[in-house]
Amino acid sequence: MFAGSNLEKVLSNGHFAVTGELGPMRGTDLGPCLEHAEHMRNHVDAYNITCNQTAVVRIASMAAAIKLVERGMDPVMQMTVRDRNRIMLQADILGGAACGVGNFLCIQGDHQTLGSEPQAKGVYDVDSTQLMRIIKNMRDENVFASGDKLEAPLKAFIGGVVNPFADPFEYRVDRFAKKIEAGVQFVQTQCIYDMDRLKEYMKRVVDKGLHEKCYIMAGITPLKAVGAAMYMKNNVAGIIIPDEIVARLKGAKDKKKEGLKMAIEQIQQIREIEGFKGVHIMAIAWEEMVPHIVEEVGGLLPRPKFD
Amino acid sequence: MIIGERKPLEEVFNRTDSFKKICVLGCETCVAVCLAGGDKEAQETAEAIKMHREQTNNPVEIKASSIQRQCEYEFIDEVMEELKEYDVILSLACGVGVQTMATKVPEMFILPGLNTSFLGYPLEQGVWMENCKACGDCVLDRTYGICPVTRCSKSMMNGPCGGSSEGICEVSKDTECGWALIYDRLKALGKLEYMDEIIPPKNWSTSFHGGPRKIVREDVKIVRGE
Ligand code: SF4
Repeated sequence: MFAGSNLEKVLSNGHFAVTGELGPMRGTDLGPCLEHAEHMRNHVDAYNITCNQTAVVRIASMAAAIKLVERGMDPVMQMTVRDRNRIMLQADILGGAACGVGNFLCIQGDHQTLGSEPQAKGVYDVDSTQLMRIIKNMRDENVFASGDKLEAPLKAFIGGVVNPFADPFEYRVDRFAKKIEAGVQFVQTQCIYDMDRLKEYMKRVVDKGLHEKCYIMAGITPLKAVGAAMYMKNNVAGIIIPDEIVARLKGAKDKKKEGLKMAIEQIQQIREIEGFKGVHIMAIAWEEMVPHIVEEVGGLLPRPKFD
Repeated sequence: MIIGERKPLEEVFNRTDSFKKICVLGCETCVAVCLAGGDKEAQETAEAIKMHREQTNNPVEIKASSIQRQCEYEFIDEVMEELKEYDVILSLACGVGVQTMATKVPEMFILPGLNTSFLGYPLEQGVWMENCKACGDCVLDRTYGICPVTRCSKSMMNGPCGGSSEGICEVSKDTECGWALIYDRLKALGKLEYMDEIIPPKNWSTSFHGGPRKIVREDVKIVRGE
């Protein structure tokens, strides 16, 4: 065991893992975030805590992660390299680990000009691949990026993201391989809507044997409304929403119900695709629907329990 | 070269309003080539200030002039005495020129008339592109001529982020993805293996993050007394 976190146990024991996503609040009350966590307690194995998601200021992911640990839940602490240099990144890893956080997910982060503080200075001292290697070296070699020794060992299960829908497409699988080389142990994909492209990507992943070196979890986000779908389709770089998905949503009487139905079907479909070891459900501003989705997919409950 | 852009005239008017004798001084090197701060722009700026002063009943004695480079003492020397007749110098040089002037003529007020934008090159007539951040540790050998520090909006060293779409950066539809450019270039040169190499964290201490930089070359220094 690298961290002994619940997520690591679920994945390493060969179970199909389920994770949810929580976005901390834009004020000092973490209540709603913790309520969402409680609500999906029996339906997910771990909870991603986003890190100033979409470059919008929020409660720090570490603070929310520690609150979950206190409640006996397993957080996946997201860390962007946009807002912290290597000093603070390593400090937060130590801090999180010291308080019981086991899963650290390294991401680049959306560019600061797209968020709530567009005049901010972006840090980008290291990139997400380098951060993976830094954590790996802290854990396996007991050294910081500088080469100095840690005073007590680090336990960490290292996560990352992959985006089959970004370009250059033909490089995406090699980029994933590079992240594995850097130390990533589990990855979650960008939100999946384009099944054809996903299948092509996963075929290449499996051909390279990457699915045997890293746990791959499919990212699923239910669509709530046609407007939201169109916004993502046209404005969010690296997300592909095929026209037929939009058309299906448009054609439905009850858009929300249809959005959930599509998400459930998508999860059922990805379970048939070779290489996936779990699903990551990002029900943004719709967290309360996660239990319903998990129940409807079938065969995912009860979630495995470990002592 | 250094690319600059003229400050908005309003800002220039406000900053110079209290001075009675103004010299607008252009610089005939980089900023002249990028059509921001050469002799021609100095004349135009002086003309604009003069008109503004006439309209606001605030007469001014103003002159436009230029020197080859404001970033070297020897060129400043040539006009030094003349400059001292003015209350203020509105320099259309880059920040380097403005500061060199301020060091050379410490008793005078020097104001910047330009915003120094970046190190770059003219892409086409009227379009300039940033392509160097002067990080002090050039990595262009690894990417064969396209700088990831400058051309990637997040200065990533290990390939494109998840926001790269059809060659465009997530930051704006007008921004090319630097890593898409690097990928295409390496592919064309048959050097794609670079993309698989993990580049360790960069040493930023050679950039501004090590504090203001200074180069001392003993081999070319003039040793006093010799
Ligand atoms: S889209 Fe390309 S240029 Fe923009 S931040 Fe990502 S990798 Fe860098």
